Amino acid sequence: MKTLKIEDLSKNFGTTEVLKKINLEIDEGNFLVLLGPSGCGKSTLLNIIAGLETINEGNVFIDDYNVSKVEPKDRNIAMVFQSYALYPSMNVKENMIFGLKQAKTSKEKIEEQLEKVSSFLQVKELLNRKPSQLSGGQRQRVAIGRALVREPRIFLFDEPLSNLDAKLRVEMRREIKKLHQKLKTTVVYVTHDQTEAMSLGTKIAIMNHGVIQQNESPEIIYNKPSNTFVADFIGSPSMNLIKGRLAQNSENIFFIAENEKDNIKIPINKYEFKEKLELNNKEIFFGIRPEHVHFKKTNDNDFEVKLTANLSEYIGHEQIITFNYSDQEILAKFPSTLKINLDKEMNLFLDLNQISLFDANTEERI
Amino acid sequence: MQVKTSLAAYTQLEKKSKLTNMLLRWFLYFVLILFASYFIFPLYVMIVTSLKTMEEIRQGTLLTLPSELNFESWGVAWEGRGYGAGDTFLKPYFWNSIKMVVPAVFFSTFIGAMTGYVLTKWRFKGDSWVFLFLLFGCFIPFQAILLPMARTLGVLGISNSILGLVVVHTVYGIPFTTLFFRNYYVSVPTELVKAARIDGAGFFKIFFKILLPISAPIIVVTVIWQFTQIWNDFLFGSTFSFGEAAPIQVALNNMVLSSTSVKEYNVDMASAIIAGIPTLIVYILAGKYFIRGLTSGAVKG
Amino acid sequence: MAFFLIKNSIKNMFKWLEKNLPKIVLAPAVGLISWFVYGFVLWTFYISFTNSKILPRYELWGVGNYGKLWASHKWLVAVENLFIFTALFLIFCTVIGIILAIFLDQKIRAEGVLRTIYLYPMALSFIVTGTAWKWILNPTLGIQKMFIDWGFESFTFDWLVDREMAIYTVVIAGVWQSAGFVMALFLAGLRSVEDEIVKAAKIDGAGLFTVYWKILIPMMRPVFFTSFVILVHISIKSYDLIVALTQGGPGISTTMPAMYMTQTAFHKSQVALSATSAIMMFMAVSAVIIPYLYSELRRENAS
Repeated sequence: MKTLKIEDLSKNFGTTEVLKKINLEIDEGNFLVLLGPSGCGKSTLLNIIAGLETINEGNVFIDDYNVSKVEPKDRNIAMVFQSYALYPSMNVKENMIFGLKQAKTSKEKIEEQLEKVSSFLQVKELLNRKPSQLSGGQRQRVAIGRALVREPRIFLFDEPLSNLDAKLRVEMRREIKKLHQKLKTTVVYVTHDQTEAMSLGTKIAIMNHGVIQQNESPEIIYNKPSNTFVADFIGSPSMNLIKGRLAQNSENIFFIAENEKDNIKIPINKYEFKEKLELNNKEIFFGIRPEHVHFKKTNDNDFEVKLTANLSEYIGHEQIITFNYSDQEILAKFPSTLKINLDKEMNLFLDLNQISLFDANTEERI
Repeated sequence: MQVKTSLAAYTQLEKKSKLTNMLLRWFLYFVLILFASYFIFPLYVMIVTSLKTMEEIRQGTLLTLPSELNFESWGVAWEGRGYGAGDTFLKPYFWNSIKMVVPAVFFSTFIGAMTGYVLTKWRFKGDSWVFLFLLFGCFIPFQAILLPMARTLGVLGISNSILGLVVVHTVYGIPFTTLFFRNYYVSVPTELVKAARIDGAGFFKIFFKILLPISAPIIVVTVIWQFTQIWNDFLFGSTFSFGEAAPIQVALNNMVLSSTSVKEYNVDMASAIIAGIPTLIVYILAGKYFIRGLTSGAVKG
Repeated sequence: MAFFLIKNSIKNMFKWLEKNLPKIVLAPAVGLISWFVYGFVLWTFYISFTNSKILPRYELWGVGNYGKLWASHKWLVAVENLFIFTALFLIFCTVIGIILAIFLDQKIRAEGVLRTIYLYPMALSFIVTGTAWKWILNPTLGIQKMFIDWGFESFTFDWLVDREMAIYTVVIAGVWQSAGFVMALFLAGLRSVEDEIVKAAKIDGAGLFTVYWKILIPMMRPVFFTSFVILVHISIKSYDLIVALTQGGPGISTTMPAMYMTQTAFHKSQVALSATSAIMMFMAVSAVIIPYLYSELRRENAS
């Protein structure tokens, strides 16, 4: 039994197709992150799961019950909002038990839940305060508490950290992760921040233009992105994508970049292709992450190449160097202690175990 | 806490809520239309009555439509019957009001704009106290200044004149116009002014070249508000003028109250409509600015 | 040498002018308000302590006028009317305003039209309003006749000329004029609430009624406050409406402080007494406005 199952879900706003035949499943205890840029449909999908939006086509199942037409309050879900949405005229205690009272829960049960959750989240001292008297982090904890007391089957988070400053965001992110580890709840979490997604999720569903681009664990998404959108969206800085073509003869397969003047051919014999294809002269994108461009040999499989550095950006713990590779850019991540001479050639080692190849036209992984 | 509802129960819930929803919608519209009738009723009565003859008025009820559209009472209301003395009609007083409103709106708006500009973009110590000082003028009951104002106008030789009314309305319009412009300019980023100063623009140039061009919305709101307030004024008009220099609301009241022989209700209604048309037209055309003025003037801060 | 000094002082003058230009521009407004508002109120206040009759006399006479005022039967009727009117005016405007605002907030199809209808009375003057309602409430030809002609033979509605009931006609006309305004305020307030709060309430299982009653309306406290202040202010200043609707009658049964003030000054030639009543009105308004401005300023500074 899947805790949440979305089947062929489509949603339009007027003539705009916001969600196109979405299919999705999660098991109990999973932390699914819906990740994507603004307008990709992730918030709409979350609202549909919550029952706050209507469906045009398709179904939503919670614990195998078709909840597509069920009111939010009967779906056993709880939601934490970006602005926390705490009721301003009620104090923390009233905010947290409001849902329980609406469900006509017994007084004893309400007290029990309140006690449990407020101690767990350490908001007991705040119970009599109004939301306006709380800090951002405290409000967030109360918002989470309001969701926790109802012991829902699924927790929904709608960009809950976007309103916090950078430092607080990192803190609260870790608190959410600890919470999930301890309580083993099922979570659907919406964000546009890929660092948040990678650190929190057990599964990430990357969305763009209403379509799920890839739905896997963070490691797979990071190492084996299914298309150029995912490859570019994840990672900071994002994956290098070099345009070029493949050249295949009887023994080897090579990648040759566009406008390649120095006849550099990268051998990619060990690359695992998804299916058998006609490879010769195929136009592709060659993908390699900046952290897999090394300044000394690390693997037997490394390909050595001499390139010129054009730009260096010092980030503190590392530096990002831009190299010219046949009039295209390759970024590399080096430790900040390494001395780089700009406008001079240096030896680079590309880790061929970590490359991704994409069809230049479909932008899909091959 | 798990809620497990069967499919049949779901469909039941769905049907029931659809029915209650429909009933609620009907109730909603019913109440709204009921109130709409309460609000429309007087306007309807005014128009309909003004188009009837006195015979029809006596025979029918408030709601009965006239047998034909009889504009005679409108003519009487506007130009009178030509009986000479004792015959009041609205035309001259309508123009009195125009002559009073236009300058008063202009000057009070202009002063308010400049004052609001200074208070928000050229801050100095104590400027919020100055604002509060001016703001208080919005709230005083004008009874508290009627007597000294009457004397002052007399001393200045402009009592019982349109000019006197212009002065009065300009002065007492300043707190409101300042409020509107100040609240509007507060949300204009000061970076705009700073950038202009770095570019070398001075006090007046910044106002005319930078702030004024983006002030269209608030100017509209202020002008509409001031126009409505001043056109609709009765207190100042009746206290500081009488006879020939009176504005239209005073004339209207005089016409309605004059008990010469037979009451002509249709003329009364026509007069009321004529007196109310300018502000009504402004409201219908630029209603949303009117509302913006109301809500921003009230919900300030 | 002299030329140099003159040139310098002219330059200094311009410098001073430029530096103080803002304050100079502020001067007209501040000057006019100081004189015509604060100065005049003080003058009226002073006069209330004199024995002025037709013309102001400036020798102080003491607080006799205040005693005289509160002993005057007409003034007491005026104050009583003010309380009755204000209470009813407040209650009806607020209740009607909130109901209309909540109903209009429900995605109504003709919302724009309805809003226009509810609010247009505010565009009319009180004289026009009073004139219209005077006709509607006309005891022989108005509403009474309407119902009688419809078959309710013994229907009476002569409140307008009834000493006891006339004040309620003023309420009817006043509410007609101002309820739309309260509606506009509450509608703006309701719409300014971010919809995440309503979403959270839906998830918490609150029905429509509960959402409004327990969550949204309590959030409207500032709007209540503002509309209260403005309605009380309108009420205390009521003059035009009474002049047009009842002229303070029948007799003095609908007279209000504003009318008392005007009549004692200009018809009874009791300048000092009139000034006294004006000061009482001023104090009444201040009692409501000053706490309001104070709390508004505090709220603005806190945010």
